[in-house]
Amino acid sequence: MIEVVVITGRTTDQGMTIDEKLSEAYMKAVSFCEMNEKDMEKLGVKDGDRVLVKSELGEVVLYVRKPEMDLQPPEGLIFIPMGPYANRVVGALNGSGTPQYKGIKATVEKTDREVVPVQEILNF
Amino acid sequence: MIRDIVCTFCGNACDDIEFEGDYGRNLCPIGEAKFAKKERIKAPMVDGKEVSYEEAIERAAEILKEAKRPLLFGWSSTVNEAIRLGVLLAEKVGGIYDQCSSVCHAPTTLAMIEEGIVGGTLGQAKNRADVVVFWGCNPVEAHPRHPTRYSVMAKGFLTRSRAERRVVVVDVRKTPTAYLATDFYMVEPGSDFMVFTALRSIVNGHEEAVPEEVGGLTKNELKSLAEILLKARYGLIFFGLGVTHSRGHERNVEAVIKLVQDLNRKTRFILQPMRGHFNVVGSGEVAAWEAGFEYAIDFSRGYARFSPGEFTAVEALIRGDCDAAMIVASDPAAHFPKKAVESLKEIPVIQIDPHPNLTTKLADVVIPTAIVGIEAEGTIYRMDGVPLRVKKIRESDYPSDVEILEKILEKVIS
Repeated sequence: MIEVVVITGRTTDQGMTIDEKLSEAYMKAVSFCEMNEKDMEKLGVKDGDRVLVKSELGEVVLYVRKPEMDLQPPEGLIFIPMGPYANRVVGALNGSGTPQYKGIKATVEKTDREVVPVQEILNF
Repeated sequence: MIRDIVCTFCGNACDDIEFEGDYGRNLCPIGEAKFAKKERIKAPMVDGKEVSYEEAIERAAEILKEAKRPLLFGWSSTVNEAIRLGVLLAEKVGGIYDQCSSVCHAPTTLAMIEEGIVGGTLGQAKNRADVVVFWGCNPVEAHPRHPTRYSVMAKGFLTRSRAERRVVVVDVRKTPTAYLATDFYMVEPGSDFMVFTALRSIVNGHEEAVPEEVGGLTKNELKSLAEILLKARYGLIFFGLGVTHSRGHERNVEAVIKLVQDLNRKTRFILQPMRGHFNVVGSGEVAAWEAGFEYAIDFSRGYARFSPGEFTAVEALIRGDCDAAMIVASDPAAHFPKKAVESLKEIPVIQIDPHPNLTTKLADVVIPTAIVGIEAEGTIYRMDGVPLRVKKIRESDYPSDVEILEKILEKVIS
């Protein structure tokens, strides 16, 4: 298990599938996290493996994606595309009206649990 | 051939799209996906059963009339004409009007209320800016044609090419936008306020007040960044959700507004938020001309009250203040924090949208509509506040958001 800071944001794939949220393409676009190779080594995970991300706000199982080219986040930072998976663990309220979708402390561990299909993501 | 079509996806609102049959030109990958044919909500539904538009509208009006304080949320992906009806409807039913900004650039609105903004248009970015800063934003993925149309590679009157521009990217990770940068600075998450403040100190000649390291940048890096800003003939800072979604929220935005004010004592600088949806500006502007405020507006006392943190959708839902919700052109079930979605699942929800999404799954009444900018026309505001007319380029059997909202309003008043 490692401690990380979670950030979220848009990606091209998320934008391209946003009008098809119940599709596999959308699920593929938003149900992963990107992390530094060193963090992947520490967890013993490779591209496509699954991890459990836990914060004070909740938990979510995600696929690990090795970032393209040299775009890996710094050690200790993970990126999740904005969407229903990220929102299981981000969105702290600070009183301003806008949830904190970035800079949320969390832990990451390797897991055998399955990633919830997007059709079932609201079953909580 | 249809020319000068406005793309109705992101805040760029590119207005040079052309279509010949199904073949579109000048679209980015996201724009291509936007205009592609895809699954639609087939028919209006009440409690999961297909019904006529009349029945769905009747039930929607009933829910709104019966509710003590319904939430009317969304609006950033529809036209100003529909938003105007939404604000009127919120007033008539004594509900809350809130829009996508409240989970996006609302901190920018709050900071602008406090500080004002030295603003401009994307035309100034294209034609004048010789220093362009992208702070906490990633246009290559979120606003794909922004660099070519308005900022990095745009051919302007005074700044004629990329070679004449200094492009600075500041972010907590290396993004594809960083590949466009002449100068890339990586800061620590949540340090924007400190870094803006340190830059202000240097710009204002108080370098000695700056410690050796701030937010992951050394003092020398901060000095080099300040120097780039000060050497600008016409500078521009674009900022995104990296600033508004991080701790500090509106205080971060206030800090960058003040930095831009300070820079204007030495050179010319403007500031532009990278607004997300093609008409998220309209969902604030229209509410402001109708009710005096941009978002988080409560009408339950019969007059408009503005209170972010109280009447913003996420908090109002989590507190259980809203006993019904109408969602127009948005998908809060996908984009709100889990706790707020839990509350949304507990109350009657009306959805007005062209596409099935996660909100459809929890909605009691679903009313499918025409896609704005493809099957329905109207007026929108680009991210810099420039109004544009979006076109109807394809025929469809679906009614527009405006038609549906007019009918609901009529039923609510009668």
